[in-house]
Amino acid sequence: MPLVKGGKIAADALVHVADDAGIPDDGGILISAARFLADAEALSGRAGKTGVIWPNNRDIDDLVPWLDRLAVVALVFPNFRDGRAYSQARVLRERHGYRGELRATGQVLRDQFVFMLRAGFDAFQVNKESDAEAFAATVKRYSVFYQPTGDGRITALHRRMQLRHSESAGQ
Amino acid sequence: MYAYDELDRTLINERVSEFRDQVKRRLSGELTEDEFKMLRLQNGVYLQLHAYMFRVAIPYGTLSSEQLRRMAHVARKYDRGYGHFTTRQNIQFNWIKLAELPDALADLADVGIHAMQTSGNNTRNVTSDQWAGVAPGEIEDPRIWSELLRQYTTLHPEFSFLPRKFKFAITASDHDRAAIKVHDIGLRLYRNAAGETGFEVLVGGGLGRTPFIGKTIKPFVHGHDLLSYVEAILRVYNQYGRRDNIYKARIKILVHELGIEKFAREVEEEWLQMRDSALQIDDSVIEDIRSRFSYPTYEKLPHMPDELKKAAHDPHFEAWRKNSTFPHKVPGYAIAVLSLKPVGGPPGDATADQMDAIADLADRYSFGEIRVGHEQNLALPHVARRDLPALWKALDRIGVATPNVNLVSDIIACPGLDYCSLANARSIPIAQELTRRFANHDTANLIGRLHINISGCINACGHHHVGHIGILGVEKNGEEFYQITIGGRADEKAEVGTLIGPAVPYGDVADVIEDIVEAYLALRARPDELFIDAVKRLGVEPFRERVYATR
Repeated sequence: MPLVKGGKIAADALVHVADDAGIPDDGGILISAARFLADAEALSGRAGKTGVIWPNNRDIDDLVPWLDRLAVVALVFPNFRDGRAYSQARVLRERHGYRGELRATGQVLRDQFVFMLRAGFDAFQVNKESDAEAFAATVKRYSVFYQPTGDGRITALHRRMQLRHSESAGQ
Repeated sequence: MYAYDELDRTLINERVSEFRDQVKRRLSGELTEDEFKMLRLQNGVYLQLHAYMFRVAIPYGTLSSEQLRRMAHVARKYDRGYGHFTTRQNIQFNWIKLAELPDALADLADVGIHAMQTSGNNTRNVTSDQWAGVAPGEIEDPRIWSELLRQYTTLHPEFSFLPRKFKFAITASDHDRAAIKVHDIGLRLYRNAAGETGFEVLVGGGLGRTPFIGKTIKPFVHGHDLLSYVEAILRVYNQYGRRDNIYKARIKILVHELGIEKFAREVEEEWLQMRDSALQIDDSVIEDIRSRFSYPTYEKLPHMPDELKKAAHDPHFEAWRKNSTFPHKVPGYAIAVLSLKPVGGPPGDATADQMDAIADLADRYSFGEIRVGHEQNLALPHVARRDLPALWKALDRIGVATPNVNLVSDIIACPGLDYCSLANARSIPIAQELTRRFANHDTANLIGRLHINISGCINACGHHHVGHIGILGVEKNGEEFYQITIGGRADEKAEVGTLIGPAVPYGDVADVIEDIVEAYLALRARPDELFIDAVKRLGVEPFRERVYATR
């Protein structure tokens, strides 16, 4: 499954390490939440990058103390109907100020890209090659946004207010 | 009327082009039916018994004549010449071809109409009082807030994949015509002691398999905080609402399982962390939305013009005027309700020709505006009283002047087994038979206000739980049976009806309803004691006895 990062298909710097496999001393790894929390102090202090796969039914608060030592948080969409990870993403970005990579995993289709970007995701483990290739075109599909989120896109309400102010300033 | 600006229009067009791409990918096989299902549902497209059904939003029930004409065009060009108005201010087309859907959407988008989130597990069309802005005694026009919520909920990046569908309704009148107590979030606009505009927020109401009346989660939320408070509710629900069982996934179940106090605490905790965010609305934003609602320039007109006095000699006109016209906040004007419940007809249907004619009449007599109510009738909201006789003649000619508004034959019904793939039993023929039984207007008038609601299955699209008489179709050994409830209501005194006894077969339903009505006529304390009040006073027992004594 291709990884889209920085708007294009990119190589994955992390290796997915299963719960029963040994952890290398260096190099990037992606491990489960349970494995990470069992030895968080040591794992977050590794020389290599560490990423954690956080399930969508586990309270994000448990991860908060470690956020500034993680390279990647991977949130999970078990199927694309299950939208819990959108809330987790926004809380991580907007409330806890997480600035590392936020990766969408699971069933990720092009039809979710705009929602995911707006919720704070910046990396996408995309199911279909064709969707990954369509990333750049798909995310340009919308130019108007009604809701304020942490992605900084200006909302329709605020564009209108700016327009009003510039009109009245010109009079 | 709310006028879309360039931004609103751009977004709708962008959605149309996205959906066109989704349909293309489905038709080419790039998307599986399972993947496409969720995508089409997010745009109001169901697969029904015979064809795709297409549900189009009429936000807060307000339509311009131009928009109604475009509905007629869609009915004619892409469907079989009619549309069906639903209980949630939508219109449904029953015979749309998938390949033509993007074009139908594009035609609607031209006039600012869309189908976004009219189905699927997301925030649905925001509904409101169909008389908003014209009802006497209203605190302020709730559509300003409805539009704010419409924008806020449209393509929300966090809440487009909720555990289940999610419905908002808003009222700003003492008498609730928007059924806010049976919505996931119900909002009652009022001014507090300090004169500030805000909302009583109710949560967890809903019908379906497990009906609940909404509970007050917060007695007053300032208008400035409405969006942040709503976001807090949705976030708690998105994270903790059940996803393991579709029948337990609505917010009402979460509220019930946690208890309203605990749920309210969770929401409060979430809200306090974000109430000062960008979701804070200041007055200038509200004013900006208000400024894009236009209101008619009313004339100073007499309450009792000569035209009305003259027409008072015509008993047919008088029957309609007394039944179907309602007081307007401006003297000399009236609200005229157009019954889409003709004797023997399916409730809520209108043909393309009727829609065109109603649009013309709206231009002529109602400043180009039409309203759609949850009772599946239309209304012309600004008719000069002097024009009522002429309007009535024109409405009568096109078959939408049956004087049965709020009476026993003004039935709410879902499409039922005639169209719907979920239904267990037929709804429409039951409604049609009842309108025939109660076709005599004098009898219907004698009975007085009585709401019959019919659902063809437990999903309760016909709101049977809150009908004064509710009829629910079930299936028993391959046959259609119907459970009858009485005492339900959807207004400010909302209540879920009580079952009167064992289900009855299809052929007995109309007789049973007649028995119930006869029992009421015999038992009521005074001629003006309404059915619903008599049931409240007497309980179910006397009605049960009457119905089952001989069965």
